Amino acid sequence: MNKKTFYEVIRDQGIPRRDFLKFCALTSVAMGLGPTGPQAVAKALETKPRLPVLWLHGLECTCCSESFIRSAHPLVQDIVLSMISLDYDDTLMAAAGSQAESILDEIAADYKGNYILAVEGNAPTLDDGMACIVGGRPFTDRLLELGRHAKAVIAWGTCASFGCVQAARPNPTKVVPVSTMLRDRPVINVPGCPPIGDVMAGILTYMLTFDRLPEVDRQLRPKMFYGQRLHDKCYRRAHFDAGQFVEQWDDDAARQGWCLYKMGCRGPTTYNACTTVGWNDGVSSPIRSGHGCLGCSEDGFWDRDPFYSRVVALTQLGVEATADQIGLTALGALGGAIAVHSGATAIKGALARNHKKDDKGNADDAL
Amino acid sequence: MTRSRTPNGFDLDDGGKRIVIDPITRIEGHLRVEVNVDSKNVITNAVSSGTMWRGLENILQGRDPRDAWAFVQRICGVCTGVHALASVRSIENALGITIPRNANLIRNILHLTLYVHDHLVHFYHLHALDWVDVVSALSADPKATSTLAQSLSPWPVSSPGYFKDTQDRLKKFVGSGQLGLFKNGYWGHPAYKLPPEANLMAVAHYLQALDFQKEIVKIQAVFGGKNPHPMWLVGGVPSAINVHAGGAVGAVNMERLNLVKDIAARARTFISQVYVPDLLAIASFYKDWAHIGGGLSGRNLMSYGDFPQQPNDSSNDSLLMPRGAILGGNLNEVLPVDLTNPDEIREYVPHSWYRYPDEGKGLHPWDGVTEYDFRLGPKTKGDKKFIESLDEGAKYSFVKAPRWKGNAMEVGPLARFVIGYAMKRPDIRDLVDGTLGRLGLPVGALFSTLGRTAARGLECQWAADRLVETVDALMTNIKAGDIDTANTDKWEPSTWPKSAKGVGWAEAPRGALGHWSRIDNGHLSNYQCVVPTTWNGSPRDGEGNIAPFEAALLGTPVVDPAQPLEVLRTIHSFDPCLACATHVIGPDGTERAVVKVV
Repeated sequence: MNKKTFYEVIRDQGIPRRDFLKFCALTSVAMGLGPTGPQAVAKALETKPRLPVLWLHGLECTCCSESFIRSAHPLVQDIVLSMISLDYDDTLMAAAGSQAESILDEIAADYKGNYILAVEGNAPTLDDGMACIVGGRPFTDRLLELGRHAKAVIAWGTCASFGCVQAARPNPTKVVPVSTMLRDRPVINVPGCPPIGDVMAGILTYMLTFDRLPEVDRQLRPKMFYGQRLHDKCYRRAHFDAGQFVEQWDDDAARQGWCLYKMGCRGPTTYNACTTVGWNDGVSSPIRSGHGCLGCSEDGFWDRDPFYSRVVALTQLGVEATADQIGLTALGALGGAIAVHSGATAIKGALARNHKKDDKGNADDAL
Repeated sequence: MTRSRTPNGFDLDDGGKRIVIDPITRIEGHLRVEVNVDSKNVITNAVSSGTMWRGLENILQGRDPRDAWAFVQRICGVCTGVHALASVRSIENALGITIPRNANLIRNILHLTLYVHDHLVHFYHLHALDWVDVVSALSADPKATSTLAQSLSPWPVSSPGYFKDTQDRLKKFVGSGQLGLFKNGYWGHPAYKLPPEANLMAVAHYLQALDFQKEIVKIQAVFGGKNPHPMWLVGGVPSAINVHAGGAVGAVNMERLNLVKDIAARARTFISQVYVPDLLAIASFYKDWAHIGGGLSGRNLMSYGDFPQQPNDSSNDSLLMPRGAILGGNLNEVLPVDLTNPDEIREYVPHSWYRYPDEGKGLHPWDGVTEYDFRLGPKTKGDKKFIESLDEGAKYSFVKAPRWKGNAMEVGPLARFVIGYAMKRPDIRDLVDGTLGRLGLPVGALFSTLGRTAARGLECQWAADRLVETVDALMTNIKAGDIDTANTDKWEPSTWPKSAKGVGWAEAPRGALGHWSRIDNGHLSNYQCVVPTTWNGSPRDGEGNIAPFEAALLGTPVVDPAQPLEVLRTIHSFDPCLACATHVIGPDGTERAVVKVV
């Protein structure tokens, strides 16, 4: 079935073409698009249906979906009603059983190469994937099939990006990250347990607005939100530099909001937006509420426990290094003993395949 | 075709047509349900199968007990926080750690916030579409919808223009041909009974609730830094309090407390002016569902209790929501429940995809053994690449079968409310009697799909009321000069005994939750969780007793087997959470020994 474009919908509602073009002109002015803008807007609205998104769930806890619906700007109702067509998401969709599963086949056929595959959770490879069965079929099979024809793949959360808790030693179900399953596809990792809702919405709307994939680092994370260490943007950083530390829970320093480095805070080795964008419409962040960061958006963070032991061998002042350097330093310091979970090596191998970059580091996977 | 009667008194007949619903959507995790219907399309056999397994408890072996909460919190991101709560209680119980009064109050605030949020989201976003026909809302008269809404509630957002705007937006959405989340729903199904105006009102509130739910959890963000998955602490809470001194901006201060107080008040208003009126209005069109889907609810119910009023006191004198069990529908006697007694709670696996040394015996969680053993039974149709239908005579689910003194038990809001009612708790009695009176239904109507859904709504109101009170109690305690939030006397492992074991309990939004831990030489040596959906969604045990999901589906008439809306209604009334139910311990696929504690 052919989906109606925006233009067809408003024509159906009796709005004349002249009014439609007037709307395009006004929109173009509002967007500052210049003299050829109205035609571009009109063309987009006449020809482009909302981008279909299939949101699959593998082995996970659904915290990513919950976080997504916490997005405050834009509101989730605006995303799902006006920006994308969320055609499959088993947490929220009305249909069930065969009526739900048939949507996957229909969208994959009707929009071959033109839908976004969003994946929450990951795929177990133990026992041919039988630790996660959906619609009577191994989740691994579904993921491979739908990944093949997706325009791009978004790996929501640390599960899909790196493996997360079920990949912690001994990785009982032998889960692997999505980018390892779909090596030749453009995959965007949006890690965090969960990622911040506004960051999830930010990445999705970036792709819709600019019609391209965001620039990513070598771990396939969008640089715009994962390019800086929490430590460098932490509002408690001045206390770190001044040597003012919480030494014990609920001590006077805790009541003053001093630095949590000695309580195990992983801010110095974590790349995320918690201390900048903030959580829940910017209300707080773990550090702001008095608990150190767990590093939940970092590959293999569960096996860098115990969490209340501090990050060792960190230079106190003048730390200036790239994400990769710090990530490697911290990893080395924290644990030669820590085998990064099974998918990590594979990811590094897959990086070059997942994204071809130009010399500015930009991914070429325009939407 | 076989007819049989289960030891717990349900008649099964696996003849007739088999209907498979997989995935059951609008739940957490992966659940499959198969039912047989007779020639009149009445369900005569039901099979509930959890189809995911993550092995989290094995991952905990050897970890620092103070870290356990973070790991097990990731069992579930929907009922986020409750596993962390059960975990810190388990470790504190093992190590003999007491928590300060403020920590107890703040934990109650975090947990009540979860109740309010989780129940609200369940009703509107996971359950409502079983009762509300979105397409019918397109033909509603916005003016009449406004009149209807205003007759039910003083909620101010109810003008004709508001409903017109919502309907226009919906029309545009449907008209686009891209139905998104509403695609392939059972729209127009004859079991939908609401008039178009009630449907439009409910759809409008679906969208309002989607906006509002993100506000409620800001309370968890204040004390725990983020939601989902806020931060917890063994021995108290991580958020220090400072309302008087310099540097207060770095802690929970007056501004933060005001934010919490304001959101709690707004949440209470939303629940009482939107959720509860909608629930009652919708229920009044579906009174036949007060006779469908009862299952085990009229017989066996259990609650571990929660919300201690006194810190470190889990007696029923202290618990706002009481602990106890009801057997055989005898509301005159609420039996005591002991989570440490090896003869009370036991888990069985003859029909679960796990292996026991002796599958005839159940095991108490402190001595739990589980080993992955996925096998399809001989009567399975299909194979591992595509399972057409399962063989319930063999192993058929990743959920274990927990039993209390050998009995399958229903847990959840209905169980809690019936136990509280039987114990004559006035707060619960008032809510239940008032609601039944307004709907003109007897107490027996509680034991049904409608009763389960109604109990959740009433409990949401109850939790919102208690939330406002608990925030006030925290203010009062701080005013009295107490700002302590953590007890660090036994923080260092050097202060711990060489060996210890503990149990942490909670009433999750979905029901009774227990975490059993063992600590040896400063590290976890065993960790077992028995969660609400394990109780409700379990497969059969060795004797053939069926559990709440399967029992509740029996006898349900299905209008159209190709569109089994009725099955969704009853299963959703339990609010299933499968990531919770199927997290259990397992081997790593190589030679790792399964931990067995002697």
